[in-house]
Amino acid sequence: MAKGRAIICEDRCKGCGLCVTACPQGLIELSKKLNNSGFHPAVVSDMEKCKGCALCALMCPDVAIEVEKEES
Amino acid sequence: MSKVLMKGNEAVAEAAVLGGCRYFFGYPITPQNEIPEYLAKRLPEVGGTFLQAESEISAINMVFGAAGSGARVMTSSSGPGISLKQEGISYISGAELPCVIVNMVRGGPGLGNIGPAQSDYFQATKGGGHGDYRLIVFGPASVQELVDLTIEAFELADRYRNPVMILGDGILGQMMEPVEFKVKEIRKGPEKPWAATGAKGRARNLITSLYIVPEELEEHCRKLKEKYDRIAAVEKRHESYFADDTEIVLAAYGTTARICKAVVDQARDEGIRAGLIRPVTLWPFPDEPYYKAAEHADAFLTVEMSNGQMVEDVRLSVNGRKPVHFLGRTGGIVPTKAEIYAEVKKIVEGGVR
Amino acid sequence: MSAAKVFTKPASMTDKIMHFCPGCTHGIIQRLVAEVIDELDIRENTIAVGPVGCAVFCYDYWDVDFHQASHGRAPAVATGVKRVHPDKVVFSLQGDGDIAAIGTTEIVHAAARGEKISCLFVNNSIYGMTGGQMAPTTIVGQKTTTTPGGRDSNMAGYPVKLTEMLAVLDGTAYSARVSVHNPANVIKAKKVIKKAFEVQIKGEGFAIVEILSTCPTNWGLSPVESIKWLEENILPYFPIGEFKTPGEVSR
Repeated sequence: MAKGRAIICEDRCKGCGLCVTACPQGLIELSKKLNNSGFHPAVVSDMEKCKGCALCALMCPDVAIEVEKEES
Repeated sequence: MSKVLMKGNEAVAEAAVLGGCRYFFGYPITPQNEIPEYLAKRLPEVGGTFLQAESEISAINMVFGAAGSGARVMTSSSGPGISLKQEGISYISGAELPCVIVNMVRGGPGLGNIGPAQSDYFQATKGGGHGDYRLIVFGPASVQELVDLTIEAFELADRYRNPVMILGDGILGQMMEPVEFKVKEIRKGPEKPWAATGAKGRARNLITSLYIVPEELEEHCRKLKEKYDRIAAVEKRHESYFADDTEIVLAAYGTTARICKAVVDQARDEGIRAGLIRPVTLWPFPDEPYYKAAEHADAFLTVEMSNGQMVEDVRLSVNGRKPVHFLGRTGGIVPTKAEIYAEVKKIVEGGVR
Repeated sequence: MSAAKVFTKPASMTDKIMHFCPGCTHGIIQRLVAEVIDELDIRENTIAVGPVGCAVFCYDYWDVDFHQASHGRAPAVATGVKRVHPDKVVFSLQGDGDIAAIGTTEIVHAAARGEKISCLFVNNSIYGMTGGQMAPTTIVGQKTTTTPGGRDSNMAGYPVKLTEMLAVLDGTAYSARVSVHNPANVIKAKKVIKKAFEVQIKGEGFAIVEILSTCPTNWGLSPVESIKWLEENILPYFPIGEFKTPGEVSR
């Protein structure tokens, strides 16, 4: 079973939420914290469930997400 | 090479080719159509590209792109077409790109007519488009000078990374004169490491006139001013004709200057110590000869095919030391030798006012 | 077990954070172009020509040689560049006001000449940079700062379907409209952008790709609501698809 990791660069994120709706697993939410630019950055709530599909990164307008995938 | 008889417009076109111009983008307008027509045949012979654009605006923007790509490039037009090009000329100046622009001036304002005029002097020498910039402007007075200055225009454009304008008029473009092409081999421009050519093995190049940070734009404008000052210090050119010992100095350029020479000859024959100072560069304007002539001349007479444009630069140069009179014809009408001479006589006989 | 990167910033993109407003899908388009440049391995062989408008700073994000153009004139500037460098890949990026209003002449005649350039056209149905005025592609009924009661076709006419218009010209080799409002369309959009570059590289002629995009700030909607508004209002008027492919040009 594929296991993934979506790495969101907090400082590049503008908190638009497009990745939140893009994630088929519903794993992304906007943080309560503010980043250095004053946005609520996206965070992965449960990385264990990430499959590494990269749809979040595909929809990110700010190239703030890198995705890794592990094959077991 | 012996002299050949050529029309001004065609001579400019051939001179451009010798000067290394490989790209021409233009749009038809009278009285300069022989330039694009000649280059449509000639440029492909030397591996160049002639392209008739869909508009004057497109033509100058193609020039913008070709100049930013490192080419020697030219466009030509007349009055109304040059007005349309002003946006592009401002961008080209702001991005510090070399190119040559020919204006065979016709009667204005508006659609005016297709007769010769000098009423685009302000537009050529004082900016024309938006922002703080200068063109180097040549005012040739013969077909030979059209040739020599066009070839040189490409050199100056590259040396200063600045557009150069050839300010002719409908007569210069249409008349035929014997001309000699002193440049034997087609010239090549210098290497342009700043040009947009594809960032192969180097950091990317950026051709732009956008400086969104005020301090950066001010710095850019300061650099431009330094460049214009440098040009003004070394590139002013003029011709003096009996202007060393005068009671009256005529000031005229281009076609009008030729008539004024005949006026000076007639005046000298009839005992009036007249002379002519003819600017060859209209920007930078050769102010010093006028200032110096004010030491011995009693008066100046500026003659133009306009309602009075260059006369302002002559007055600035003379700086109030002597009166500067003006005679102008407009509408495509060329002032006659007789009417200029009559004005000279009137000024001389009336004493200094 | 080994971890492989399946998604990273394309090499042709700089590290600079883009200036676009939060949720503006222009950033996706910016990235797709860089991915295509990487995949075709043309970074050192490409000259980009930019617009005036929201994408005026696009050169900050692509690591390629770049030539500015004044508002609407990118296809003319790109023509000048391409004529000097026929062996290079020359592409332009323009917004709707730039390409379909003030620059209509330049794009139509670049297409008519069959200029071998790739033109990208971002349509978000509004003037973004100047603060939300009516664009040539504003939908009838859409509210903008200069159509406060909604675009009235009696007063302000109808949106320009530029990409369909260009498809009828013999000089156009490729004409297509895509959108980037969901992952499936983003993938499709990239394929089409790549095709537009390939059409140029093969010397087949002029290529135009219109890309539908959002403008949350000036539409007055959240980024997620903007996606929905695009689907419900823009897509029906501006259908996605290929209007002309190179095979048809010789017919």
